[in-house]
Amino acid sequence: MIKEGQIRIPSGCAIAAVISKEGKRFSGEMITEAMKPMHDRSNGLGGGFAAYGIYPEYRDYYALHIFFDCRDTRKACEAFIKERFEIVKGEIIPTRKIPSITDEPLIWRYFVAPLKSELANLQLDEKEFVARTVVKINSDMKGAYVFSSGKNMGTFKAVGYPEDVGVFYKLDEYEGYSWTAHGRYPTNTPGWWGGAHPFTLLDWSIVHNGEISSYDANRRYIEMFGYKCTLQTDTEVITYIMDYLIRVQGLTLCEAASVIAAPFWETIERKTDIADKNKHIYLRGMFPSLLITGPFSIVLGFNGGLMALNDRLKLRSMVVGEKDDRVFIASEEAAIRTMEPDAGNIWIPAGGEPVIVKVKEGAY
Amino acid sequence: MGVEFIFPEFEVVRNENRCIACRVCERQCANEVHTFSAEKDIMLSDETKCVNCQRCVSLCPTRALKIVKSDCTLRENANWQNDTIKEIYKQANSGGVLLSSMGNPKPFPVYWDRILINASQVTNPPIDPLREPMETRVFLGKKPAGIERDENGQLKNNLPVHLELSMPIMFSAMSYGSISYNAHAALARAATELGILYNTGEGGLHEDFYCYGENTIVQVASGRFGVHEDYLKAGAAIEIKMGQGAKPGIGGHLPGEKIVDDVSRTRMIPEGSDAISPAPHHDIYSIEDLRQLVFSLKEATQYSKPVIVKVAAVHNIAAIASGIARSGADIIAIDGFRGGTGAAPTRIRDNVGIPIELALASVDRRLRDEGIRNNVSLVVGGSVRSASDVVKAIALGADACYIATAALLALGCHLCRTCQSGRCNWGIATQKPELVKRLNPDIGCERLVNLMNAWRHEIKELMGGMGINSIEALKGNRLMLRGVGLNQKELEILGISHAGE
Amino acid sequence: MKRIFVNEDWCLGCHLCEYNCAFANSGLTDMTDLKGKRIYPRIHIEGNDRISFAVSCRHCTDPICVKSCIAGAISKDGEVVKIDKEKCVGCLTCVLVCPYGALAPNENGVMQKCELCLENSCGEPACVSGCPNRAIVYEQRGE
Repeated sequence: MIKEGQIRIPSGCAIAAVISKEGKRFSGEMITEAMKPMHDRSNGLGGGFAAYGIYPEYRDYYALHIFFDCRDTRKACEAFIKERFEIVKGEIIPTRKIPSITDEPLIWRYFVAPLKSELANLQLDEKEFVARTVVKINSDMKGAYVFSSGKNMGTFKAVGYPEDVGVFYKLDEYEGYSWTAHGRYPTNTPGWWGGAHPFTLLDWSIVHNGEISSYDANRRYIEMFGYKCTLQTDTEVITYIMDYLIRVQGLTLCEAASVIAAPFWETIERKTDIADKNKHIYLRGMFPSLLITGPFSIVLGFNGGLMALNDRLKLRSMVVGEKDDRVFIASEEAAIRTMEPDAGNIWIPAGGEPVIVKVKEGAY
Repeated sequence: MGVEFIFPEFEVVRNENRCIACRVCERQCANEVHTFSAEKDIMLSDETKCVNCQRCVSLCPTRALKIVKSDCTLRENANWQNDTIKEIYKQANSGGVLLSSMGNPKPFPVYWDRILINASQVTNPPIDPLREPMETRVFLGKKPAGIERDENGQLKNNLPVHLELSMPIMFSAMSYGSISYNAHAALARAATELGILYNTGEGGLHEDFYCYGENTIVQVASGRFGVHEDYLKAGAAIEIKMGQGAKPGIGGHLPGEKIVDDVSRTRMIPEGSDAISPAPHHDIYSIEDLRQLVFSLKEATQYSKPVIVKVAAVHNIAAIASGIARSGADIIAIDGFRGGTGAAPTRIRDNVGIPIELALASVDRRLRDEGIRNNVSLVVGGSVRSASDVVKAIALGADACYIATAALLALGCHLCRTCQSGRCNWGIATQKPELVKRLNPDIGCERLVNLMNAWRHEIKELMGGMGINSIEALKGNRLMLRGVGLNQKELEILGISHAGE
Repeated sequence: MKRIFVNEDWCLGCHLCEYNCAFANSGLTDMTDLKGKRIYPRIHIEGNDRISFAVSCRHCTDPICVKSCIAGAISKDGEVVKIDKEKCVGCLTCVLVCPYGALAPNENGVMQKCELCLENSCGEPACVSGCPNRAIVYEQRGE
């Protein structure tokens, strides 16, 4: 059987997210429950979560979550990490044994800080250095796979239904201010844990439902800038695109949304706000190969907020609701009702219209 | 006769029951194949002169004519084929270099025909271009490495000057002189109507066509014919022609008989003198010299025009393109070995250069590997024959395609491949006024517009099938392609998987 | 009124219009039936090696042929100038007066001229639809 990364596997999905604008932390039980009514949108071949604000005591360290296929790989990988980072803590990620999740790899996490000498040596900023290390481990080190690498955040994923994955990782024991979730319906059976979602790089995490038709155009473009799409998934390439546009190029979230879900030319031409019109003409001219076509609904998580976005034709479902300081996003309204039966202001964002939620400054 | 005799290649078959002796064939054949015998009241034909351009066939009102390949054949020989032997006879007669026109007709593989396009099924939806927007607009030119913001934090437009096309196709270079005034008029008008560009070729720009400047690429070739300041400023872009797919490594030769009144004035050379373009630009013997010319042209036009460098697809094209991408040029045009010509030595046309599909794939990959793909746009030509060829080229990594043979076919060309004779019965590759007038630019323009609109529809249908609604999402999207009947090496160079994978 | 216009720039002198005209007005079903026959077209090509153009009835506003016809065979039917073959006596006066040379006798000596193919099987001017280079067009201009 060809594994994920050696072949491109399209898949359908369920996504959900919840965030507190006040930065109040709450357990992962709610988001795990939210995936239950969307059970049929997954097929048991991948589920996962991203949680923000869960490691306050290690907030200054990069939390690397890594799958290893065996002890030797772990030893080799640890040695490699030690050449580049100070490891302040390394431990097995606690899990519950449950019948629906089996064949788990070794699952470890490390809280690390880049060695200053290495940074100086390579003339790189910290984030770029971490990103490159992650890309290097994932593309070169057989049997090791970094699936989370941000600060004060973490990804938890497995082969299985998402509601089981939440139980497996004991998400009820973590507290975060922002949670995203993903259930996967891949069209064949790779059965590889690294292939589950969310996909992350640094503190970016993406849950995605869709199958983009621009994949290879986007992949071949973004790979020019040092990224390596080892998984051949949409989610992976979208994560890299967002990292490139926002972190490397310095675009705002809104501008990045206008690149990947650009308005049609005819829409741009109808705009009466000349500055806005010129901005869109510029962005389409500057980053044409990062336009994403085909169906997608994504939630991009990051420290202090999230952004939900649909493709410009709105070819995938996505609903947003609110209650008090919380904002809920899901593929189906039922998932929002599970999280908060009294959620109000339920709306369906238009294609290409980003929904950006930010946590109050200083509250995360 | 005798040893010099070569049996005619074609037979003119006239159905005597249908021929009404209207003599249209006689009046329309510049090669004087047909004559009327008043005595016998029938039409006669001299097949030795026939080039199979099909003009008489097309105009015969009673469909009494057809031209067929002669079945008078030499003894079959898999090694010494008929054409090979006849070429030897011709050279033994003349002592000269054999000349041919239009693209390489030999049975080399056509990679376009071994590549298949994807479509959406179940997991994502195809898009119907009749109901949803489907974008084919492209921009050609270089892109800066990063964005810039003004003091208020607003994005600054730091994109260098570029070309905008309504669809990813342009009419490629054909000089005034090699083709007629009316052919140029048709191309210029069609390009303007379509929102695309046509290319003057190396013969300068006739004063009547300066008004189409916004849709014109002016070419600077090794002969520098017709190049002056106003010319450079007249177009939307300037193309430096380093080579041509049909004849890589050699220049051009437009015989004096085609340098008539207007052609001579436009080219700025005396009437009747041969127009000979040297093989190299004599001020470009290396890549750094090219850089100088690129910037000379930019200086001369105040950096207001993108500069295209056109090269023939040759063996080390990837390295050459990589050099050009660093030369300051904005666009690289690559011309494949099937590309057409008004005249080329047969041996060169049929044996030099490489297929555009492979050249494109390896150049696009090389530029991406080196991280300089954004420095330039890629335009490819050299036998792009249909909308599906265009889609495949874009998916392999091209920004746009150049078409010329297809455009000439729309104007009436029947690919008889005797442009070098100057007696084009369709009024295209000729300067004889009585032949030139056969191409009414009103009709020509209309047919070019029809052809491009038809292709645009087809491109949209193909894109919609793949679930792609904008051409930029197709560019370099090689996952949308599969090869059939290609070996591992070919697939590797094309960067695509085999069908079934 | 839609009229036939010619443009000498695009006329190739191929004479196809003459044959198309003759066939359209012949009542024959197949053009090949013209074989061996002399044709009497109502349009003809004038010119030399360098320039040529097709000439046919202009359907003048105030046609001199109508005025001069001694038999009253030529009349204006609306905007179209027509000949009543039954009335024509073949005196050729119309040939003498027409400044364009647009009239000529048929094989029986009866006068004929372009009647815009309005009453034959063609339905539209056969010279126009058959011209390979749009040198003859049928259109309304500046009226």
